[in-house]
Amino acid sequence: MAFTFAAFCYMLSLVLCAALIFFAIWHIIAFDELRTDFKNPIDQCNPVHALVLPEYSIHSLFCIMFLCAQEWLTLGLNVPLLFYHFWRYFHCPADSSELAYDPPVVMNADTLSYCQKEAWCKLAFYLLSFFYYLYCMIYTLVSS
Amino acid sequence: MQVPSGYGLHPQSYTAPSGHYSQGPEKMTSLPLDSQCDDYYSGLYRVPTQNVVTPNTASPQPGAQQMYGSVPPAPHVVGSTLGSFQGAGSSASHLHTSASQPYSSFVNHYNSPAMYSDNSSVAAQGFPSTCGHYALSTVSNAAYPSVSYPSLPAGDPYGQQMFTSQNAPTVRPIRDNSFSGQNTAISHPSPLPPPPSQQYHQQQSLSGYSTFAWSASGLPSTQDNLIQNHTSLATANNPTNPVADTLSCSVMQNVQPPKSSPVVSAVLSGASSTRTPAASRPVEPLASVARPSELLQQKGVDSSSTTSSASPMPNSYDALEGGSYPDMLSSSASSPAPDPAPAPAPAPAAPQPSKMAKPFGYGYPALQPGYQNAAAPLNSGVPPGSPAYSGFQQYAQYPGMNQLSSSLGGLSLQSSSQPESLRPVNLTQERNILPMTPVWAPVPNLNLDLKKLNCSPDSFRCTLTNIPQTQALLNKAKLPLGLLLHPFRDLTQLPVITSNTIVRCRSCRTYINPFVSFIDQRRWKCNLCYRVNDVPEEFMYNPLTRSYGEPHKRPEVQNSTVEFIASSDYMLRPPQPAVYLFVLDVSHNAVEAGYLTILCQSLLENLDKLPGDSRTRIGFMTFDSTIHFYNLQEGLSQPQMLIVSDIDDVFLPTPDSLLVNLYESKELIKDLLNALPNMFTNTRETHSALGPALQAAFKLMSPTGGRVSVFQTQLPSLGAGLLQSREDPNQRSSTKVVQHLGPATDFYKKLALDCSGQQTAVDLFLLSSQYSDLASLACMSKYSAGCIYYYPSFHYTHNPSQAEKLQKDLKRYLTRKIGFEAVMRIRCTKGLSMHTFHGNFFVRSTDLLSLANINPDAGFAVQLSIEESLTDTSLVCFQTALLYTSSKGERRIRVHTLCLPVVSALADVYAGADVQASICLLANMAVDRSISSSLSDARDALVNAVVDSLSAYGSTVSNLQHSGLIAPSSLKLFPLYVLALLKQKAFRTGTSTRLDDRVYAMCQIKCQPLVHLMKMIHPNLYRIDRLTDEGAIHVNDRVVPQPPLQKLSAEKLTRDGAFLMDCGSVFYIWIGKSCDSNFIEDVLGYPNFASIPQKMTHLPELDTLSSERARSFITWLRDNRPLNPILHVVKDESPAKTEFFQHLIEDRTEAAFSYYEFLLHIQQQICK
Repeated sequence: MAFTFAAFCYMLSLVLCAALIFFAIWHIIAFDELRTDFKNPIDQCNPVHALVLPEYSIHSLFCIMFLCAQEWLTLGLNVPLLFYHFWRYFHCPADSSELAYDPPVVMNADTLSYCQKEAWCKLAFYLLSFFYYLYCMIYTLVSS
Repeated sequence: MQVPSGYGLHPQSYTAPSGHYSQGPEKMTSLPLDSQCDDYYSGLYRVPTQNVVTPNTASPQPGAQQMYGSVPPAPHVVGSTLGSFQGAGSSASHLHTSASQPYSSFVNHYNSPAMYSDNSSVAAQGFPSTCGHYALSTVSNAAYPSVSYPSLPAGDPYGQQMFTSQNAPTVRPIRDNSFSGQNTAISHPSPLPPPPSQQYHQQQSLSGYSTFAWSASGLPSTQDNLIQNHTSLATANNPTNPVADTLSCSVMQNVQPPKSSPVVSAVLSGASSTRTPAASRPVEPLASVARPSELLQQKGVDSSSTTSSASPMPNSYDALEGGSYPDMLSSSASSPAPDPAPAPAPAPAAPQPSKMAKPFGYGYPALQPGYQNAAAPLNSGVPPGSPAYSGFQQYAQYPGMNQLSSSLGGLSLQSSSQPESLRPVNLTQERNILPMTPVWAPVPNLNLDLKKLNCSPDSFRCTLTNIPQTQALLNKAKLPLGLLLHPFRDLTQLPVITSNTIVRCRSCRTYINPFVSFIDQRRWKCNLCYRVNDVPEEFMYNPLTRSYGEPHKRPEVQNSTVEFIASSDYMLRPPQPAVYLFVLDVSHNAVEAGYLTILCQSLLENLDKLPGDSRTRIGFMTFDSTIHFYNLQEGLSQPQMLIVSDIDDVFLPTPDSLLVNLYESKELIKDLLNALPNMFTNTRETHSALGPALQAAFKLMSPTGGRVSVFQTQLPSLGAGLLQSREDPNQRSSTKVVQHLGPATDFYKKLALDCSGQQTAVDLFLLSSQYSDLASLACMSKYSAGCIYYYPSFHYTHNPSQAEKLQKDLKRYLTRKIGFEAVMRIRCTKGLSMHTFHGNFFVRSTDLLSLANINPDAGFAVQLSIEESLTDTSLVCFQTALLYTSSKGERRIRVHTLCLPVVSALADVYAGADVQASICLLANMAVDRSISSSLSDARDALVNAVVDSLSAYGSTVSNLQHSGLIAPSSLKLFPLYVLALLKQKAFRTGTSTRLDDRVYAMCQIKCQPLVHLMKMIHPNLYRIDRLTDEGAIHVNDRVVPQPPLQKLSAEKLTRDGAFLMDCGSVFYIWIGKSCDSNFIEDVLGYPNFASIPQKMTHLPELDTLSSERARSFITWLRDNRPLNPILHVVKDESPAKTEFFQHLIEDRTEAAFSYYEFLLHIQQQICK
């Protein structure tokens, strides 16, 4: 029973992961509103943009923490998403302010369904990682 | 009045109409001009039918008409209105303005029928006058005196009278619906003009809607449509209808007589016809009376009017009936009965007498009769003698027909059409693949009834006219599925419907259309979502036939393209006025190029033709390194220039007086336009602060919305949105990577999105001799639904052909119809879904496009996918609804509906392929691909599209041996067109292409309608040195020779010939070296080949047969398109011939295949 850095990392990630889950749900709702015509893409994309950068940074923070804590398995699980985020970030239209969601394009049915799928997948991933972090936290706390 | 008569209930009414008719004929002639009137209508809505008619007369000159509305001598209006009913005559434009205002105030007015009645009475008199608006007005005035009007004082009276009239109209609408018959009756009966205006009022008021109101209203509404401003016209119309109304009326009447035949359509057509003649704008005759008031108000107050208008709705029906009838008859084929000619003629004969009577006295007396009539009319509408019920019977039959047709939908044609379109063609062996005549759109394989009803392929086209049943089948066919739209195209006839309930499906909001099925009299089944809806009471009455219980014969159900006058339910705010802002580059570069002279000259010439009403506002800004505003406030002695040099934080120096009323400040505007070209002649300022200028323009426009026209001549070099040159001239002919097709900054896109949110569209005119990064600048138009014009190497003296092109484009640009604050929704049958849109717009939602402005030259494309299997249906339908505010401040909805059969066999899918539509859709997709991925990807995708579809066809459908490249006949031009695309400026590689030229070509592909795009992709080549009258067609008394199409190959260019190439926006005439000297002398006016100058852009008007033929052919080609193409005469061996030869796409070039090589390449790919 020891409060190691690894345990701290897991505890922090647990809290932040809850935030990520919230972001993912928020994305899902936002795209659903777009699809059902409740909102104008311009109005909708601005708040969505506001959440994209925090999400990416939080997730990067995880990876850095796990790297420092030498939790290789956990890091390995997170690296694919990290790369995906980097890819999104550097492949977005013209200015970085627009980030991934471009109002004129987002309503394209293909793009919209892609965004929705992405949000659902992320939600699933964050949920699973939430329980994984919980397990790991307890495991590290108990094991040592 | 006419309208009622139209209903035909009462014989009397008929007669009356006839009276109108007589007059009508005259008006008829005038009508064509009126077409423009449509815009006007708004004011008079109610009047519609009559108005419509009148408008035509009045409208002849679109621009003029508008002008009329606002400008038209108030006096005339007044007088005319007074004199003749409202004037009809007067109505003529003049009145409109004045009248319109009164109307606006009117809300209450409806009650006062007097105006209308007057109109009706006047109408007779007015009609003649109607022809020329002004003339009419004067005439009408004259007439007026005799009429009641005398009582009306010019100015003041109007207001009152107007009101009354307006009131009446409003009332009418409602009654019309119910009573329409009566109204007509009334008017007719009233034949006696005598009753003074006052009397009329009284009568009208008394009668309420019935007699007077109706008669008047009916007319007014039409007029309104046409003229809104022309209210006077409306009045004229009413009485007059003679002309316009007459048309409508006459039509109506005429129609009725034919009643036995299906009259229904007649209504619409009549209205439309009248309008059509005039300009592009089809008039909407239908407008209801109530609306008129709104229109009027527009001038004065918009908002108030709107509210008032709501009530009038009922009138609309009448209007519809009245207005539409005439139109229908005359113009449209839809109504079997009367052709335009017949209609007028018949009308005149009978009508005249009636007219006489009608004018005044009759109207009143008639009123009551009208009511009575109303009941009767139904009968009349139906076969004579048959009771109202007869209508029902017909109705009952109809559904049966419908069902039959729908069930047969997919089958009937197939048997006959398949053979030809499926005939296998061996492409490698067929040398002359190009047909001798232009390629027409394939006709969907529907039964005859539906085929007749289907939307014109010019407005609405699908890449597959046989829709595959499942996505799997579509995937097998490897053909693109999508729609090509040209929704706001100039139409010569358009049924305009004013009714207070617009019938729509309750669940999917689809507008009722010809392809719904009526389950019984009271219910209809939506053809998109299959929900069963109730038929509203109002819809049971058919204004065209004036019969009750025939909902399937209403114009909405007889025409796949209709326009509704929308109620206030369709407004988020009061309809905006037309607002135009010009943002002009005046840096040294711009002054050098000299475009200001041409622009100002064009504006001065067309100032009066700018679409709009009395509220129209206009403003000017210029910029170099600072921004200059112009205070044009009325009352100033000269325009005031205000300079803002703080471009980092732009502000408006005076918020109020920068956008001024066009009519109030006309003198100042003219002063400014005269002064502008010389104001900056000595400028040394080379910088261009385009970004800040656009920000200022956005601030200026955001309260109202409207159109911003930006003229730019160089790269923006200061402030926000500044750009750097990205083009590497050495890469122009690179075969590898073409970079910088996308924007360099988001500034213009964001600005455009902001503008779009404020209903402002930005149109870009780029006149540049150097690279100007069109890829970035174009974003300002792309997302705000603007349009883009590009004039490379523009210089007013060094490049006269570009200068001429700018001049002609500007003329079209300034005077063409325009719709504001528009949205377009595209719906399709359950199971299909749209996934990508192409064009200039902002996508608001999955099926809703937000269009700050809509212009008649804008085209759109939509990609479709099949989400659910369509096995349980044999027909699918697509509907686009374009909701916009006309330049007259009317809210209108233009609805197009297309119906296509569903097939389950792969062979049928190929049989129905529309190769031109497919190519245009592929071109749009390729543009997207080249921007998001790369140009070479896009080119590969194009080639793959051909390879995949032909190999799929070869392996599944055709059983022939594989010795050659086999394509179904419907796709035989597919490889040729794809090759043409690959050699198009947008997609070609290996040939030196400037980046801006390439980007501009892409912009054009995205936003041009199919007809123009096809000419751009695959020009038409004709030999013109041996034109004969063989197969010639006759247009307007001119004989137009129809030479056969030649394939685009140098092998067809013989040295002893002369060839015309039609590239859409430019014509080339290539003169062979040993061309017949007779031809050179007779057509070009030069003695021999050597003496032909290098730069020749006009054919002289010589009095020889061959010259006449050549000129009439070229004129005919030109008349068919909105932009006037520039003609270049290219001598063989002149340096300009490369321009010409690059369009010969079947020939081999250094960098690209010849057609035959391309076929072999495809064959190789298939065999892999």
